[in-house]
Amino acid sequence: MESLTDILQYFIQNLINAAQRGSFYAVISIGYSMVYGVLMLFNFAHGDIFMVGTYIGFGIATLFLAIFAGLLPAPLIFLSTVVVTMFLASWIGVFVEVAGYRPLRQAPRASAAITGLMIGIIFETGILILLGAKRLSFPPLMESVTYNIGGVYFTNVKVMIIIISLLLMLALHGFIQKTKWGMAMRAMSYDFLAVPLMGVSINIIAPLTFAVGAGLASVAGILYGQAYPILDPYMGVIIGWKAFVAAILGGRGSIKGAALAGYLLGFIEIFVATIFPSTLRDLIAYSIILIILTFRPRGFFGMEHSTKLRL
Amino acid sequence: MQLKIDNLKVSYGNIKALHGVSFTVEQGEILTIIGANGAGKSTTLRAISRMVPSEPGSALEFEGQNILKYSADKVVSRLGISHVPEGRRIFGNLTVTENLTLACFARKDKDQVVKDRKWVFDLFPRLEERRDQLAGTLSGGEQQMLAVGRAYMSARKIMLLDEPSMGLAPLLMLDMFDALKEINKLGTTILLVEQNARLALKFAQRGYVIENGALVLEGPSDELLDNPEVKKAYLGA
Repeated sequence: MESLTDILQYFIQNLINAAQRGSFYAVISIGYSMVYGVLMLFNFAHGDIFMVGTYIGFGIATLFLAIFAGLLPAPLIFLSTVVVTMFLASWIGVFVEVAGYRPLRQAPRASAAITGLMIGIIFETGILILLGAKRLSFPPLMESVTYNIGGVYFTNVKVMIIIISLLLMLALHGFIQKTKWGMAMRAMSYDFLAVPLMGVSINIIAPLTFAVGAGLASVAGILYGQAYPILDPYMGVIIGWKAFVAAILGGRGSIKGAALAGYLLGFIEIFVATIFPSTLRDLIAYSIILIILTFRPRGFFGMEHSTKLRL
Repeated sequence: MQLKIDNLKVSYGNIKALHGVSFTVEQGEILTIIGANGAGKSTTLRAISRMVPSEPGSALEFEGQNILKYSADKVVSRLGISHVPEGRRIFGNLTVTENLTLACFARKDKDQVVKDRKWVFDLFPRLEERRDQLAGTLSGGEQQMLAVGRAYMSARKIMLLDEPSMGLAPLLMLDMFDALKEINKLGTTILLVEQNARLALKFAQRGYVIENGALVLEGPSDELLDNPEVKKAYLGA
């Protein structure tokens, strides 16, 4: 029989793995929630925006490593990759809003949802044409070091992924709570139609929301590339759907709900895999989610008013 | 004349809400449009604010500018037309101060914003007491104060008010109209639509009567108050 220490070690080991996985889901699912909060639509292109963001991150990382490796300290190269990638990827978000969703703002919601799926397919095939089918490998932006604390093994990469994700969410929280753009986003989530009466242009707030979501997703992409360095044009599909599940589970339009549910999803997936064969992981994990939603259909922090005041 | 509405037509799907409404508003005056529920009062204001599209042939002019060239947010920020919408529509998830700050989103005159906020708090001391409270927790009367204060912060030339008396106790109604008079004294034109015809006509200098999407009567308020048809239909006498 295993000793208590072994079980504890095993538990903490998996907790770290779960926090890493949950970080990806959390940061990506926030993009779904923000857009839903502001425009009351789910941007089904978001998973593929994550994918394009990862490719942009790959390009920038490769470029910066080629130019600056040895000249600049590694953390600085990492940081500049993140900042530049975020900036470029946010324009993908703006493009999706302006070209894809804006013309359909008065259209039935189903048309907008289909548009998202189509933009996603265009991105996937676009990358396929541009870069070919060969799988690319994301370059490591930091040297991996493994630590052993009390029998629990973890790498500096894992810790960094978790910390950067938390910092991003903290920064987003500050943006939403403290800036006038964040204030406008919160107002939009409460009463979409009254916002223009405040002199606030929806044509600024909507693309900004997409930009922030895409920027976050692209950083998630860089971090994802550090953990799982294989890139392919369809990498955004599964993770995108899972992050979407987290957004629903957290409650439509709730950012903190999305973050929380993202982590919960990571935890459920990892711990299910420790108990059951890994081929059954998603089957069991998402059955659990389904049961939670049966008892809490609005999710954790779903707002009741958000559907009532509109349309 | 500050605002000139000519042949304004609005439809919701197949339903015609306004059949060619024409009227003018003079700079600095208090004008009211009275009418029954569903007569087209709110639609008129929403068309001016560009919240609903008006049909071809409609002409809306404000200080010589074609309103139809502006989007809803620019009507506020560029033309200076503020709108207190039906049902107040305050942002319940924002604090009182945040509601007022959001209304200044497009304003660049930061010093004046601070002065205006102080003026609003002087006009409605209850709002200052509750400045850090979520607007959703305010009483109906306080929410109406916030809606008016917010509109005042957003734009200054003319204020469109959609049933500001709705749901208010009689005493609060009178307070609200006193506050609107203060705003008017500073030079803001007021265009008020009301179901409470008596109150509106006592407050305004001039009035129009709207029925089934068309204006049917026009005149100084005291004349309308004495008009037998108005008395019969709207004043309950």
